Amino acid sequence: MMHVSMHVRVNHPPKELEIPGPKRVREVLRELGLIPEAYLVIRNDELVTEDEILRDTDIIDIRPVISGG
Amino acid sequence: MRCRKCPTRAVIKIPRHHTAFCGPCLTEFVRTQVQRAIKTERMFTPDDRILVAVSGGKDSLTLWEILLALGYRADALYVDLGIGGYSARSREKVEQFAQQFAEPRQARLLVHQIKEEEGAGIRELADLVRRPTCSACGTIKRYHFNRVALANQYDVMATGHNLDDEAARLLGNVLRWQEDYLHKQGPNLPASVEGFAKKVKPLYRLTEREIAAYALVNRIDYIVEECPMAKGSKMLLYKDVLNRLETESPGTKQTFYWRFLERQANQTSTAPSMQDTDRTVLQPCRLCGQPTTADTCMYCKMMARAKSALV
Repeated sequence: MMHVSMHVRVNHPPKELEIPGPKRVREVLRELGLIPEAYLVIRNDELVTEDEILRDTDIIDIRPVISGG
Repeated sequence: MRCRKCPTRAVIKIPRHHTAFCGPCLTEFVRTQVQRAIKTERMFTPDDRILVAVSGGKDSLTLWEILLALGYRADALYVDLGIGGYSARSREKVEQFAQQFAEPRQARLLVHQIKEEEGAGIRELADLVRRPTCSACGTIKRYHFNRVALANQYDVMATGHNLDDEAARLLGNVLRWQEDYLHKQGPNLPASVEGFAKKVKPLYRLTEREIAAYALVNRIDYIVEECPMAKGSKMLLYKDVLNRLETESPGTKQTFYWRFLERQANQTSTAPSMQDTDRTVLQPCRLCGQPTTADTCMYCKMMARAKSALV
């Protein structure tokens, strides 16, 4: 069986990694140690909620929302 | 997850309101919150001329977009701090936004360049006057926004401070018991004395996450990277702590800040108001005329020190 994983890009500090799917958004955030309140998760250019299932081959952008203010 | 207002897929869950929205319903929710803030806090009316302080970040550009969409007369001021590539990239975002959203609505973008006017970028100026960069930056930005608002006869100055900013600032002030700063933490700061423009914060009812989601849904292209000078700032630490609390107990940030505002509004103490205090302690700076507690304001002192060091 060929294993494909989703491509995850975390902004600030920039980091790119592959995570095997399927997984819910909240699980991916937990795995990366990120607080849901401080990030937006974008799948293939579309904003998704924490209960969405992310699949292999999805391109995921995790964007921080906090600024120094 | 479905949107709570229509049968489409939700793009954001908002636990503090026990709700979730699709893109268009999020847009409606955010604009309603801003309109509510403007009305309940009596920030301005459709006849007023507003000057929005823009940085290229999500909050200020979103604020400008919402005010224009709601039909307000809003121009903006961008202060170019001269922080190398970061300032160049943020300025580009502001100019692109102005072209796309503001010009079609006859709104203007004003630009002030620190390097050109003050002779050096913010980092160099802070070094010259031996002050932390963020502190020097705050002084310079406040000075120019106030100066430009008054010189161009704007009725009010609007900033993109949101619920996270205000809750984090309140936490910082409470942790140090800096009670003197608390009376200036409201979302509507009147022009207490001549020489001060009225300042408002129409995004105070919204979290950073809701604003970032609005920007994304409405294709507002903002600078995502953090200002390199903000690294290690206390504000970021306070925001992180509050977001951890918010995740475990949704509504914490809102309750903390809004209840503080309610307490301030209901206070019947004999303590003098912000206006009374300002009228007692402030006088015009002998060099620029802007209100200050000393003979010369902090901005003019900084510039004098920087100029003598640059010669």
